Amino acid sequence: MDTAAPRPKENQGQPLPRVDARLKVTGQAHYPADLPTANIAYGALATSSIAKGKVAKLHLDDARAVPGLLDIVTYGDMDTVEKPKFANSGSTSIGPLHDRTIFHDGQIIALAVAETFEAAEEAAQLIRAEYDAETPTASFDSPGTATIPAAGKSPLFKEDVKAGDFDAAYKEAAVKIDARYSTPTQHHNPIELFSTTAFWEGDQLIVHEPSQNVTGWKVELARQLKIDPAKVRIVSPFIGGAFGSKGPMTPRTAIVAVAARRLGRPVRCVTSRMQAFGTQTYRAETRHRIRIGAGKDGRITAFAHEGWEVTSRPDSYVVGGTSATGRMYGYGSVLTHVSLVQADRNTPGYMRSPPETPYVYALENAMDEMAVALGMDPVEFRRINEPKTEPIGKKPFSSRSLIQCYDQAAEAFGWAKRDPKVGAMRDGDWLVGMGCATAIYPTAVAPCAARVRLTVDGDVRLQCGSHEIGTGVRTVAGQMASERLGVSIDRISVEMGDSSLPPAPVSGGSISTASVCSAVLKACDAIRAKLYAGATAEGGPLAGSHNEELDLADGKIVAKGGASAKVEDVLKTMQVGAIEEYAEFAPKGATPEALKKLYAGMPEFHGGEQDEDSVKYAFGAEFVEVRINRYTREIRVPRIVGAFAAGRIMNTRTARSQLMGGMIWGIGQALHEATEVDSRYARYVNRDLQDYLVPVNADINDLQVILVPEVDHAVNPAGVKGLGELGNVGTAAAVASAVYHATGKRIRDLPIRIEQLLV
Amino acid sequence: MRPFVYEQPTDISAAVAIASRFTTEDDQPTRANAQFIAGGTNLADYMKLGVAEPNRLVDLNRLKDPGLRQIRVTDEGIRFGALVRMGEAADHAELKRGYPVIADSLRLAASGQIRNMASLAGNVLQRTRCEYFRETSWHCNKRVPGSGCAAMEGFNRQHAVLGGSDACIATYHGDFAQALIALDAVVRAEGSRGARKIPLAKLHRQPRDTPEIETDLAADEIITAIEVPAVPWARRSLYLKIRDRESYAFALASAAVALDLDGDNVREARIALGGVATVPWRAKAAEEALQGKTLDEPSAGAAADAAFAGAEPRQHNAFKIELGKRTLVRALLETRDMKV
Repeated sequence: MDTAAPRPKENQGQPLPRVDARLKVTGQAHYPADLPTANIAYGALATSSIAKGKVAKLHLDDARAVPGLLDIVTYGDMDTVEKPKFANSGSTSIGPLHDRTIFHDGQIIALAVAETFEAAEEAAQLIRAEYDAETPTASFDSPGTATIPAAGKSPLFKEDVKAGDFDAAYKEAAVKIDARYSTPTQHHNPIELFSTTAFWEGDQLIVHEPSQNVTGWKVELARQLKIDPAKVRIVSPFIGGAFGSKGPMTPRTAIVAVAARRLGRPVRCVTSRMQAFGTQTYRAETRHRIRIGAGKDGRITAFAHEGWEVTSRPDSYVVGGTSATGRMYGYGSVLTHVSLVQADRNTPGYMRSPPETPYVYALENAMDEMAVALGMDPVEFRRINEPKTEPIGKKPFSSRSLIQCYDQAAEAFGWAKRDPKVGAMRDGDWLVGMGCATAIYPTAVAPCAARVRLTVDGDVRLQCGSHEIGTGVRTVAGQMASERLGVSIDRISVEMGDSSLPPAPVSGGSISTASVCSAVLKACDAIRAKLYAGATAEGGPLAGSHNEELDLADGKIVAKGGASAKVEDVLKTMQVGAIEEYAEFAPKGATPEALKKLYAGMPEFHGGEQDEDSVKYAFGAEFVEVRINRYTREIRVPRIVGAFAAGRIMNTRTARSQLMGGMIWGIGQALHEATEVDSRYARYVNRDLQDYLVPVNADINDLQVILVPEVDHAVNPAGVKGLGELGNVGTAAAVASAVYHATGKRIRDLPIRIEQLLV
Repeated sequence: MRPFVYEQPTDISAAVAIASRFTTEDDQPTRANAQFIAGGTNLADYMKLGVAEPNRLVDLNRLKDPGLRQIRVTDEGIRFGALVRMGEAADHAELKRGYPVIADSLRLAASGQIRNMASLAGNVLQRTRCEYFRETSWHCNKRVPGSGCAAMEGFNRQHAVLGGSDACIATYHGDFAQALIALDAVVRAEGSRGARKIPLAKLHRQPRDTPEIETDLAADEIITAIEVPAVPWARRSLYLKIRDRESYAFALASAAVALDLDGDNVREARIALGGVATVPWRAKAAEEALQGKTLDEPSAGAAADAAFAGAEPRQHNAFKIELGKRTLVRALLETRDMKV
């Protein structure tokens, strides 16, 4: 056991290495654009250089003259297929080649297809558009925005939560703050570029594309192309980073499929890093106003959170993080309101902890301000406001270990050594600051199917149409089968990332481990039942034993008394070569339609705030130390400690890795990441990794992840709370608090940059 | 990417001859049909983006002259062969000891992978990374003369506050050249009109109304060596680079400082600034302000004020004046406190 493989505590699984680790580090893992395909042609996108207007004329002659050019797909060529839809499986309703209207910067205007990648790129660059350009609206402060209430605009955001009489309570509060916060535009920038490879085998379409939602895409792509979903297969065995960006399908996929059909040969289109900023989704900029009122004892009596989010003109993308911030602490009264601000931008989309990252940042920065206003230790302030039930529906938490997280992280961090006085801690020319914040993420689960086969040779084959986006879901699914079937992990093969496998929900909302493991558990238990039946049947090797006295271990069925029988022998007595089980898991509270919707690519999510019995969240606490040079004010983060409780931890290695990655991203959100929008043109300026900064190794120093034991049987059969999106929630607020502690400057607008600390 | 002819001459005169045949006297090296390539970390990138469009590349990596790949440190100073890689020079023990400002500037530049590819002469000649220059759909006077400058009223946080003009405010992003200019380095160049020495301070051109003219070089001239004289202030020198993240980012502000001290009194000071100017920027007014003074926080502050006296801020880069000053103050004090 070492740092990377923490020793499991209560209710935590073994830190097995990733089953695909060797493939990945030796370059043998084939990502969708690597999958070999014969006779391939290459596509390159041409995109708009304006954000609003119409394409008056396209000049294609220069492009057509490029040697090796095969085809150009543009206006008119998509008229026989349906426009995209904005929904879980579709990023936008804009059909870029269905309509000459330009809705945003970087909108697709054509796809050039050629014999080589270079020729396609050259041709795409030579496509010249004449525009009837209009003045676009870039963002919040630009002329021409339209602001609408968000509630009801998305099935994921039904209402502005509230409780009690905020106005009265706030008016009477002894101590209060009223502050505004903002978060910038961010793009996912996964290292694996976005790509589509499409080819037709007769009337069957096969698409290789990095996807977090192969079943949803299959159905949506079939709808656009007006073909039977059974004729579409989406293949995505490995994904090189997704973070939500590969959840909804973008319009490019159907365009490439049409190009492949026209040419009668496979077409592969890899978008450039620059083009991804306009053709994919992103996290839109947000603004917040938070008011908190409390008594002198620190008890919060009034909490109001107003949010504003940018979206595109045609699509109402909402994150609405007030559902979580409104339930975070034991507020006496709650008032929330979320607005959408429409601008001439591409439609935003899911990005790791979509609601919580911006909204909890604002809440937790405000909580620190409030602790300062009260003259109270920020940890103590949170302890005082720890609720018994959530304030909106007065439901209990299925489990809530926030205070345990604070206690363990504070001890590991050495919080007691912090001098609470602002600017009091120094190390030579460096100002030292320490801060903390809460992490929260709703625990949801969705229906899922899985097929598991155990053979007489002791091999297990596990199939599930989930997605290995780097989380380790292949490993933990295998681990679940290994534990339930008593088979070593190296005898288990796990197949994922293919829409021809049993359907799994979109790999989003941190539901995969819970949903997939619950389905695998169900399939394995069905295999166990059959094995037990065979073993205990009359004449069987364990005849007379009862099922509850049996377990599976090391390829044997073991009875409580010590008797055992090899699985191999039991199968022989049963006269079968293999047992295969297809299991469909539906969570508690699922509607009668739930499984049908799973196959249709529209999985129901359950849990979070929606259940009747309780609200379900995973929690964490993060502590950060910053150092700021007294002359030049650059901010460095020498230490960060996070403690997290998330029910059953399937694998302490992959769990730590997820949380660590989240905390690193949180540091990036605090200090580095921002997409700059040129407000005159509503265009993205820093569209590459030269100027879109993310943390590098040198920015990350001492980082500690503590996995706090927690047992929660209410969340799902596997007892698992998702943690993939927990680690980066709150981090930026902890950094902002530490910056305040070091300098006395409260920075409310992210990212925190040198210029904010110079004044 | 457009097709191009690729040539690999083995001696300098042949390389010059090829370039000479395919360029004219008026051609700018960055706009000529034939262009030289060494490490390629800058040019290949810009060719892919359509920013540079040579139809003939003259690869210098096969040139045989061994001096092109050597670092020689003698009592007279240093001679860097033009093809020495950045990484090699950054790790050179004698440089670290005798010319720390040079070793620092290289170590803090780019990434390990880029330093292993990029040549020293190519590094000095690297072109701006202005976002509006890099992407061909924006107006840019440097890329397309007379087309306008999108950065001037755009997102110009990275842009220069010193040495700009109404036509261009693109920053010179290099680090090494600041160290060189502080130590009065010269470059040796060979072209069809013979060999010559150019002080590094005269190599780069401020944009004025011709931002497309970036250097004093002719299109067929090759830098063959960079020479740094042995000066008394070389040993007490450092390069301080302030940026948004700890590594692999351009300077928001940087300072190359070299001092010859008598106690805390300044006999000679050499100062160059990076991240804030359109060219490697020698801060002579700051040097003069320090001459003969006791180096402390007030005198360093006065020197920094002198260095930025003519600075012109834009909407998003005004902080660079204050940051540049503080960077210089800190660099001066840290250089004073070096143990040499």
